[in-house]
Formats: sequence, C-alpha cells, structure tokens
Amino acid sequence: MNWQYIWNAVPRFIDATLLTLNLSLWSIILSMIIGVFCAVVLVYKIRGLQGFVKAYIELSRNTPLLIQVFFLYFGLSKIGIKLDGFTCGIIGLAFLGGSYMAEAFRAGLEAVSKGQIESALSLGLTSRQAFRYVIFPQAFAISTPAIGANCLFLMKETSVISAIAVAELMFLAKDIIGMDYKTNEALFLLVVFYLIILLPVSVYIRYLERRLRRAKYGA
Amino acid sequence: MGLGILFQGSNFERLLGGLGVTAEIAFVSVFFACILGVLLGIVMTSRNKIIRFWCRFYLEVVRIIPLLVLLFLVYFGFAKWFNAHLDGVLVCIVVFVFWGAAEMGDLVRGALTSIEKHQVEAAYALGLSKMQTFIYILLPQSLKRVTPGAINLFTRMVKTSSLAMLIGVLEVIKVGQQIIETSLFTDPSAALWIYGVIFVLYFVICYPLSLFSKYLESRWEN
Repeated sequence: MNWQYIWNAVPRFIDATLLTLNLSLWSIILSMIIGVFCAVVLVYKIRGLQGFVKAYIELSRNTPLLIQVFFLYFGLSKIGIKLDGFTCGIIGLAFLGGSYMAEAFRAGLEAVSKGQIESALSLGLTSRQAFRYVIFPQAFAISTPAIGANCLFLMKETSVISAIAVAELMFLAKDIIGMDYKTNEALFLLVVFYLIILLPVSVYIRYLERRLRRAKYGA
Repeated sequence: MGLGILFQGSNFERLLGGLGVTAEIAFVSVFFACILGVLLGIVMTSRNKIIRFWCRFYLEVVRIIPLLVLLFLVYFGFAKWFNAHLDGVLVCIVVFVFWGAAEMGDLVRGALTSIEKHQVEAAYALGLSKMQTFIYILLPQSLKRVTPGAINLFTRMVKTSSLAMLIGVLEVIKVGQQIIETSLFTDPSAALWIYGVIFVLYFVICYPLSLFSKYLESRWEN
C-alpha cells in the first residue's frame, strides 16, 4: 500500500464521487417522477396509458442496465441521436429506476384505505384535491422505505455507467489500475469512497423503516 | 444493412454462444447460491447473538457494495495479492455465489420465521423430534415459499451477468461488441441493431421467468 499515492489520489476521487452523486441525484429525481406517473396510471386504471406503462415496466425490469445504456450511447448515435455519456447514464438509470419506483408508489397508493378517499370526497374536496392533500402524502409515507431502498439501488447502479466513459468512481479506479498499476490503492479508495456515500444512506433507510413501523402502531 | 448483419457469417451463432456463457454463469451461481443460501438461512434463525451479528454483517456488506466493485475486487485483487490469474467466468461465479447466498439466506430466513407456530407445535404433539420437525415440516413449507424469490434472484443474475463483460468475459454483449467492431466499415449502423437484438434477447429470457415467479406467487399466496 502506497499511502503517499493514496493521499495524492484523494482529490481525484472526491471529484469522481461528486460525479457519482450528481448522476444518482438526477436519476433518483427523474425515476421518482416516472414512478409516480406510472403508479397513478396503474392504480387509477387510466385507459390508453395503462398498456404503455405496463409494457415499459416489463421492458425495464427484464433487461440489464448495461445493455440499456449501450443501446442509448452506441446504438442511438447511429441514427443521429448523439447524447453524451452523462446524459445517457441519467436516461438509462431513470429508465431502470422508474419501474422500481412505480412498484414502490403503487404499493403505497394501494395501502391507503378506501375510507380516506371517501371521507375526503364527502368533505367536499375535489378528487384532485383528495389525491394531492389526502392520498398522496399518506401513500408517500408508506412507500418511503421502499423508495429509500430504490435510491440506494440506483446509487449502486451508477457504477455501471463507467462502461460508457463517464468518469465516476468505478471509472477512475479502472483508470488508475490501468495507468499506474496501483491496484491495491485504487481498490482501497474505491471501496472507501463507496462506503462513505452508501453507508449513511443505508443507515438512514433503516431509521426510516423503524420510524414507519412505530407510526403504524397508532393505526 | 439493418438486421441483415445478424445473419452474416456466423454472427447469430456467436451471439447465442455468448448467451450460453451468460446462462452458464447464472445457472452455476444460482445452484450454489441456493444450497449455501438454505444453509445460511437456517443459521440466521439461530438465537445466538454473535452468529446473528455476523450474518447481518455479511448481508449488509453484500447489499451496500455495488456488485461491479465486488467483481473488480476479486478479479484485480486476487491477481495482485496471490499473483495468479483467475478466469473471468470463475470470478463472476464466485462473486455471484457470494451475493446470491446472502440474498437467498435472507429469503430462507424470512420464510422459516413466517411459518406459523402451530405447525411446529402440532409436529411436537405428534411426537416428532426437533430434527424431524425441521426436515419434514419446516423446510418443505419454507422452500415452497422461497421459490418465487429464488426465480427472481435467478433473473437478476441473468441480468447482472452482463457486467461480466467489464472484466473481460466473452459473454453476449462482448460478442456483440466484437461483431460491431468487425463490421465498422461495412455496416456503420450495426451498433443499433446488434445492441437492439441483445436487448430483446435478454427480455425474451427474463420476461417468462418473471411471469412464472409472479404466477407461483399468486397461486401459493393462500
């Protein structure tokens, strides 16, 4: 282990970590938007869109992320749609994460009892208001642990984006192994930096789960 | 041009060959992961705090570290530390078994603890020993409950084995890449078609499996 080398490489790893976080953040936001949309379509059985959403979920769940991003990055550029690696990565991750988020939100929406929506409507709320102020907040709370798990999953999956030359953590480690033959140092830093960003998220999810379980006692 | 590239020379056979490697990794890993996972799941129900802590620790390590990082750790780390080259397929199988055993163990643990208490009590009342209760009452019921989850794990392994190409395994995507590179000048749009076809191939394999697991889940729910 060459500690001097590790020390000098830390700034590069911090840059790469920021890129990993950036990728994660965008893909989490986008996949949550997709997820809410798909869950609403599925739960409220909106005709016309339902088949489309179902097809999307099956497609995204049954294909690996790597081939999705390869198709976006290498395939689409052949028909004139040229996207840079970062954009492809976000699109790929959002495409993958969207279906997982949809599943989480769907479970949440279905868990809100019918009585809630009926009493909201009988109080004179429009169905849109009932969804916005009564159903959605409760559903969101219920699906929080699942959403958190999906966030962790997406953050881990960003490592795959290294395959299309986005200089995030995995890519940097591969680079150092290839360029400087500093295998031990690169792998050590790689694991340390992944733990730095993933451990807090994992601990926080555990905390949320426990809080939700406690909240359920009252119900 | 277009899809024609698929049938030039032995391209299609080569892709299927690559798919074979993918299937091999997934099958072998899921086989060992199931065996180890059942054992681990039994250990995880132990009341010993130290044992439970280490099981928990193992599970968390597997869940927190990205699989690609684990693959790199074993592939490059092993070469560096023991000065020996491990074949990429072998590395993949080792990592997938390590991962799958943890996931499977958690599934089996969940199933074992979900079996109703009266089942065990009834078995004792009938005069079965602890061992007999476990083998004839607990294990068969929990294995049944675990099956949909195990199939899901298998589809996840099929999908994740695509990462094997990043440590130099000649699986279906790598073969696709080679085909694209050899036809770079004759057919510049090959990337679109080849990756598209591989996308569909994965879907064709994984979709029936997830349908099957969903079917089993709904059928065995009660």
